[in-house]
Amino acid sequence: MALVDCDAEAPNDREFLKEGELQSTQAVTQKVPVIDKSKCTYCGKCDEYCNFNAIFFIGKHSIIDVLEELCHGCGACSVACEYGAISEKDELLGHVNRYRFSSGNELIEGRMEVGVHISIEIIKESIKAANKFDLVLLDSPPGTGCPFIQTVYRADYVVLVTEPTPFGLSDLKQSIEILKEMQIPCGVIINRADMGVDDVRNYLKQENIPLLMSVPFDREIAVAYSKGELITSINSEWKTKFKQLYHTIKEEFQKVKIK
Amino acid sequence: MKIAIVSEKNSLDARIDSRFGRCAYFAIYDTDSKTTEFFPNPAKDAPEGAGPEAVKFIASKEAKKVVAPEFGKKAEDMLNKLQIEMVNDKDKTISEIIKGF
Repeated sequence: MALVDCDAEAPNDREFLKEGELQSTQAVTQKVPVIDKSKCTYCGKCDEYCNFNAIFFIGKHSIIDVLEELCHGCGACSVACEYGAISEKDELLGHVNRYRFSSGNELIEGRMEVGVHISIEIIKESIKAANKFDLVLLDSPPGTGCPFIQTVYRADYVVLVTEPTPFGLSDLKQSIEILKEMQIPCGVIINRADMGVDDVRNYLKQENIPLLMSVPFDREIAVAYSKGELITSINSEWKTKFKQLYHTIKEEFQKVKIK
Repeated sequence: MKIAIVSEKNSLDARIDSRFGRCAYFAIYDTDSKTTEFFPNPAKDAPEGAGPEAVKFIASKEAKKVVAPEFGKKAEDMLNKLQIEMVNDKDKTISEIIKGF
């Protein structure tokens, strides 16, 4: 199996899985336009084609510039230019690092370069790198923005982790609404489940979404986490619980598959 | 000389907007004719790059100065490039700001 750390902005799975050895590092790049000002006629068509305001163009002052941080690498400007003034160069966005464990399992980590602010391409390439594995776990970035959507888009089943607080519920609702729209089944784990309010549990009942597991607020877990140790290393009880979680997810997935 | 001022509404008693790239209106004050014209900011709802887009707009109106409480990094770079002077001001009405020029 493979675990893909799709949280390319701040990947941290490696902190907990230190044994694997680095097998390869693949650069992820994006095409960015380069404008040859000697060929440019300042017609402004590239600016017109750009959906992201990445071409800074003021025709009457003969000013044209590429704002690389706004560019999505779609190539529309090169298509628009009739004068051959636009070529493309590769800009480094980040890397996909593969770590191989003695068991044959792999940790595949997407990691953005400092200063890059769109992680989508890195997430895509990271997930692609896990193609040959039967079972793939995708560790999604938080929130409900494009990085989350790009990650869950490839998933058969999504496990959402929340907390029993109004803030947790608000985020959970947004995530569940998106997954409904995308028609991807999901289940929920409540972290620090013995604190806060019952709103999350009530919401899950009302929406008929399975509660897969509850993790209490526990000093021992926090200490292990702070040392970069997995919860399953604390005692065999947690190991059993996580094995059970895997079977529960499988069962839930089978149920929705039949439907 | 023309001066662009970010404005919440299209009238002289409107207050200066709190943002540059996504302000509601631009008041363009002409120091020679002492007249002010209001334009809706075409970059207001841009999904990305509102700052540079707003710079394009005020440059097209020939503004040499621009007044706003603050400017984003990308807008600042473009304003410097175009030699449009940035003036920081806030909490005033458009007519109060104009009096200062």
